[in-house]
Amino acid sequence: MAKQLVKGNEAIVRGAILAGCRAYYGYPITPASEIAETAALLMPLVGGTFLQAEAEIGAINMVYGAASTGQRVMTASSSPGISLKQEGISYCAGAELPCVVVNINRGGPGLGNIAPEQSDYFQMTKGGGHGSYRLIVLAPNSAQEMCDLTMKAFELADKYRNPAGILTDGYIGQMMEPVDFPEPLERLPEKAWAVKATAETTNNLISSILISAEELEKHVLKLKAKYDEIERTEVLFEEYRTEDAEYLAVAFGILSRVMMTAIDLAREEGIKIGLFRPITLWPFPKKPLGAWTGRARAILVAELSTGQMIEDVKLAVACKPPVDFYGRSGGMVPTPQELLQVIRKLREDHP
Amino acid sequence: MKDVLKKPDSFFSVFERKGGPDLASTHYCPGCGHGNIHKLIAEALEDLEIADRTVFVSPVGCSVFGYYYFKTGNVQSAHGRAPAVATGIKRALPHSIVISYQGDGDLAAIGGNEILQAANRGESLTVIFVNNAIYGMTGGQMAPTTLIDQKTTTTPYGRSVENEGNPMLVAELLSVLKSPVYIERCTLEDTKNIMKARKAIRKALQNQIDNKGFSLIEILSPCPTGWKLEPVDARQWLIDNMVKVFPPGVYKNDADRPARPIKPRPVLTAAQINKALGHEDKGKSAAAKIPPGFGTHELICAGFGGQGVLLLGQLLTKSGMYEHKHVSWLPSYGPEMRGGTANCHVVVSGHRIGTPYVTEPTLLVAMNQPSLEKFAPIVRPDGMIVYDSSFVRDVNLPAGIRAVPVPFSALANEKLDNPRVANIIAAGAVIGLTGIVQADTMRALIRELPKKQLIEPNLKALDVGLKSVEHIASPTTV
Repeated sequence: MAKQLVKGNEAIVRGAILAGCRAYYGYPITPASEIAETAALLMPLVGGTFLQAEAEIGAINMVYGAASTGQRVMTASSSPGISLKQEGISYCAGAELPCVVVNINRGGPGLGNIAPEQSDYFQMTKGGGHGSYRLIVLAPNSAQEMCDLTMKAFELADKYRNPAGILTDGYIGQMMEPVDFPEPLERLPEKAWAVKATAETTNNLISSILISAEELEKHVLKLKAKYDEIERTEVLFEEYRTEDAEYLAVAFGILSRVMMTAIDLAREEGIKIGLFRPITLWPFPKKPLGAWTGRARAILVAELSTGQMIEDVKLAVACKPPVDFYGRSGGMVPTPQELLQVIRKLREDHP
Repeated sequence: MKDVLKKPDSFFSVFERKGGPDLASTHYCPGCGHGNIHKLIAEALEDLEIADRTVFVSPVGCSVFGYYYFKTGNVQSAHGRAPAVATGIKRALPHSIVISYQGDGDLAAIGGNEILQAANRGESLTVIFVNNAIYGMTGGQMAPTTLIDQKTTTTPYGRSVENEGNPMLVAELLSVLKSPVYIERCTLEDTKNIMKARKAIRKALQNQIDNKGFSLIEILSPCPTGWKLEPVDARQWLIDNMVKVFPPGVYKNDADRPARPIKPRPVLTAAQINKALGHEDKGKSAAAKIPPGFGTHELICAGFGGQGVLLLGQLLTKSGMYEHKHVSWLPSYGPEMRGGTANCHVVVSGHRIGTPYVTEPTLLVAMNQPSLEKFAPIVRPDGMIVYDSSFVRDVNLPAGIRAVPVPFSALANEKLDNPRVANIIAAGAVIGLTGIVQADTMRALIRELPKKQLIEPNLKALDVGLKSVEHIASPTTV
């Protein structure tokens, strides 16, 4: 079908519906409210549920309930709201419930502000809630990817019976771009484990409590095996102008877009630099990035934080080549010209 | 007639999920009220023939192991969150019978908001609220329902009104809400009252079968271990102390409301979904090609809120999209959009777009003086400024930058008698000056406006805009 010009936030909801999601539970927060508003508008049209919950905690637990029945279900919020959802996300992971949680990252800590940051990288990729679990995290950088990666998130969540997250920001959410919407999924995976209030599913149990130490360890190791499998098979990334690159920039989300422009400017000056963009933040593309060990003269990690993803980058390349950092916070998004200066300095420092 | 001595089928005969050597006894302490209540529920599920479609939700508390016993669908939930979890289940499975089985700490302390809101929404649920005035599972700490002067491990000197306030009256509190259908408080003090509780539980389940709404049965229940009493003494303590503070009775009964039919969730075909979402192919993808050498136009459109600058940007963006160009549109967002100035960034390019945020515009469209002053200094040296000269006075623009004054607002008033179309006149001027998109593409876009009465004025406005710059220059390619 023809492309449509839509906001990233709207593309998330449309993608979710196309992926068969029929329930949205959320709580208003800037800059994520538009997702709830779009869901409120569209869910009833496809026989789905939209409910504004009493709080973020209520919302994620409604998601837990809906996911228990096998329904594809989602919630979205922004940083402080995601903090409140962490208990529920841990429960979903523990009980192996697939669901999708969208985080439109705003400025923090505390109330911070409503401007874009990428400072929830740790929160999203390193746990956030309690216990040995992982959240699958996808980082779109366009309206098209807001749709496609939301659909992907539902697919991965069901495939691995694990919550999946989208980490993005107000720019990608507010930006309008053409989106080519795919056809709706008509067949969803069968979920024999779900509680469906039928005689056949009477023996099904959704639970994360395993009171015996032996049983819980067994469960945790089962989860670990699942996470290892995800790390082996589900890594997504993109490279831009890296064919002959001597320097490598690593950035995700909105900053990867600004970095692309900066790279174009740098190349006009003869600096051979390319972009490595992780699309899955967890599983982090360790191997493909690790392939740059010894290949690039230096790596520049740029983030809208004081440095979080850089830890994963350094681990992936074992600090060879040297890894420099440039970060802005509080909603200050660097301009391409600003990043160009940083790239020039990168070359000076690592000739 | 049914065999009254038979264990109901909705209760497992062997508790295999419990594990350990004894699979015949529950994990509850001797004299605990949970056993009585479980039996009442299991019998009701069997007699009402709803066990197969029942989902039992057990949050944190002694009854977190409800799934050891009930041969129903089982969902264990986080502390206090059972009403929210139950809501998610019930909305997904309208035919289900969902029981939220909660203790006093769970329901009245940590889950206070969840229960209040579920009750107020009138969720079609059955809540069994076991009030034993103490935290049993964690070892006898104070509950919101702990009595004044009652000693617990966290009120070692007794609960005081000054420090902890009065015991929480849940049945009373929720009964003032309009939505719940049925709220009753029962007690397990003797057989007569246990039979009353039996009846109340059945009524609460029947209400859900009839889809009438939210029912809650609060049950005063002994906790001999938490109270540090023998089982028989615990029943007496309940009679002597709890019943006075928590008077049993029906607090709300709207069971006369009509039963509501249960609507199954519709399943739509792909075509129906596409239709609902407006994703049907409208055949707009004409086979236009990006002209060779078409570079990158980076625009800032700015003006007062209400001047339609965001729409102006969107129309240019959408036209570019219809011409298969790479496009992006980014609004200024946040508090600033609720008054004062508004602006948006538009990129129309022959190549994949990097940053959607325009820092060095090739073109500034300024609809008022503040916007001109704010953004003129960042326009690229080879860029252009188009501004509404109707309002702008004393303009001091950066040297060397091409600036085109057009009285958009005055033209809108004079030529079209409609100040609201100034933004479309500006669109015409932008197209005439830059060739960023084809005028015909935008005409087609205007013809698709949902408000039919706006089509003609906007088409005229576009032409006025195109004409206003005719004498200035032919379209250029950046």
